[in-house]
Amino acid sequence: MSPIVPMLYTVRVMAAEAKATTSPHTGQRSVGEIARTVLGPLLQLLLFIVGAAASLGLLVIVLALLLSASTPDLLSRVVTILPQVIIDGLVRGFLFATIALGYTMVYGVLEFINFAHGELFMVGGVVGAYVGFFLDRAGIIDGFNPFLFVVVVVAAGMTVSGLLAVTVERIAYRPLRNAPRLVPLISAIGVSLVLQDLARLFMTNFPTSEPLGFNARYNSPDYGPPLTLFEMNVGERSVPVVLSPKALIFITVATLMLIGLNYLVNATRLGKAIRATAQDMPTASLMGINVNQIISLTFLIGGALGGAAGALFGLNVGAVNPYMGLIPGLKAFTAAVLGGIGNITGAMVGGIVLGFMEAFVASYLGLFTGGAISGAAYADIVAFSMLILILIFRPSGLLGEATTTKV
Amino acid sequence: MALLELHNVHTYYGKIHALKGLSLRVEKGEIVTLIGSNGAGKSTTLRTISGLLTPRQGEVRFGGKRIDHTPPHEITQLGVAQSPEGRRIFPRLTVLENLEMGAYLHNTRSPTYHEDLERVFQLFPRLRERTSQKGGTLSGGEQQMLAIGRALMSRPQMLLLDEPSMGLAPVLVEQIFEIIKTINSQGMTVLLVEQNALQALGIANRGYVLQSGEIVLEDDAKALRENEMVQKAYLGLE
Ligand SMILES: Nc1ncnc2c1ncn2[C@@H]1O[C@H](COP(=O)(O)OP(=O)(O)OP(=O)(O)O)[C@@H](O)[C@H]1O
Ligand SMILES: [Mg+2]
Repeated sequence: MSPIVPMLYTVRVMAAEAKATTSPHTGQRSVGEIARTVLGPLLQLLLFIVGAAASLGLLVIVLALLLSASTPDLLSRVVTILPQVIIDGLVRGFLFATIALGYTMVYGVLEFINFAHGELFMVGGVVGAYVGFFLDRAGIIDGFNPFLFVVVVVAAGMTVSGLLAVTVERIAYRPLRNAPRLVPLISAIGVSLVLQDLARLFMTNFPTSEPLGFNARYNSPDYGPPLTLFEMNVGERSVPVVLSPKALIFITVATLMLIGLNYLVNATRLGKAIRATAQDMPTASLMGINVNQIISLTFLIGGALGGAAGALFGLNVGAVNPYMGLIPGLKAFTAAVLGGIGNITGAMVGGIVLGFMEAFVASYLGLFTGGAISGAAYADIVAFSMLILILIFRPSGLLGEATTTKV
Repeated sequence: MALLELHNVHTYYGKIHALKGLSLRVEKGEIVTLIGSNGAGKSTTLRTISGLLTPRQGEVRFGGKRIDHTPPHEITQLGVAQSPEGRRIFPRLTVLENLEMGAYLHNTRSPTYHEDLERVFQLFPRLRERTSQKGGTLSGGEQQMLAIGRALMSRPQMLLLDEPSMGLAPVLVEQIFEIIKTINSQGMTVLLVEQNALQALGIANRGYVLQSGEIVLEDDAKALRENEMVQKAYLGLE
């Protein structure tokens, strides 16, 4: 062989050397390292939250200034509702993020979009509604500890949706693992329809004496009046900025779940096995990893997160129905694609960004068009236009790596 | 009883008949090499042993136990580790995490894990400097070291190496073969697949020559090196 080969080799090694971070190896990760791998993605998320809120806030203020010639009090109206819009965006964002994680984790491991994931969210909501329903029938809902109630509905929603996700994978996806890609996708759509109708059947027939009903109320203990965060002075008026306790609970629980998930995926042996399986399934099995178990675990985690989101969402809006998973599911899918499907931090970031966009459009479109276009009615268009735009211009998403093997 | 034994193994890729009644054995403590031209079925043989492929006919035994229908992770648990063709490093895991995955079946808090890690770093000092680098950003040679190191981390009884010298600079090829010899002298049984037939036969006890899915020759390594057909076809000697 020519002497150029070792030379080239040296050059490559040197290049790699320059890039390598020189952390002395200790075998066990230090606390600091774990904190970094766990908190790193959350810090990134926080940056996106602040960034999205600030840039969209600035945008509406500039727009208001530009339009203030025709409508003089526009600016003060825009500023008055701004904090409330940001809170709304945060709630929507965490909702999409928790659902999007289920899509993205499954995609990361199997390169398959689980279109029945929205239904796992719905099932979580229905389970939560049943908890409220039975507590109400037992006559103890009013005195029930509100925090215990949250714990119970979240735990119940997570358990049922998580186990359901594992079952669905086992029955409807695993036998098709070596089939052409479109086949499990069609199976997923079928599962989604089946779950919707099963939920409808169940809700309208159980318990037989007095069923929960199709459009069911989600009973819950009284969470008290909205919390006033601060008073804002706009001109001579003073406007309170409020946060409903249920929204606060949603944000808190979602944040805790994201921290837990990041810890699991980035810092535990199981999380590394999930990542290894996602990167190279046959090689992972050579390491002694039972890849079928890892796939089940991925569905369990994704389903549980979706179920928890459903239970909390239902609690937040006070009602559930068998079709409530469809639109949030599709939007969360958009969020997952926006962040880069298969990328866990990306799903969170995508959810937050989408949530903010929607909240701003819902609140400000009407204001800026003088009420000609109702923002709330057109917020969905934003989500789905965004999906189309991403698919055209940046199919790998905000944080995703460019790959050619996308569904 | 041989540590590893394949008897009349037939493996298919769909309709493609890749192994046509292959039989071979590896005794405990041996280095056995499997040589053959491109597409002969060498990697297919290793994949069949590891359980990534299931033979349609025939038997694979490890330590006397049938493993031809055992899933890959259980075969690893029995003590077979493979450094696969093309290295197959987990690109977005760090070097240390790749090694941890190699030790997936063991407790990474135990002292033995640290001993294993230390042993790998002694064999491949370069890896020690790169523990927190992502696997995908390593050079080809470093990835090869990591692939072998990762296989060793499962503390196997038997190591399957698929073209460990592929794409390496001559100095490194020399080093890799030295290392295989070292590992073997510490008690590891090795089944070595190589294009580099001359060097493979140089360190092996015995060898098999594979041609279109069939064993056409088997002998002591020394005898194979002197075999006329082998010299012509695989050693590039006339
Ligand atoms: N995934 C696959 N699908 C279909 N055919 C395959 C597949 N993998 C290998 N083959 C075929 O099986 C035969 C044996 O392939 P194998 O990879 O075992 O060869 P090899 O001896 O390792 O060759 P090389 O030295 O090039 O690595 C070849 O004819 C190859 O084309
Ligand atoms: Mg090969």
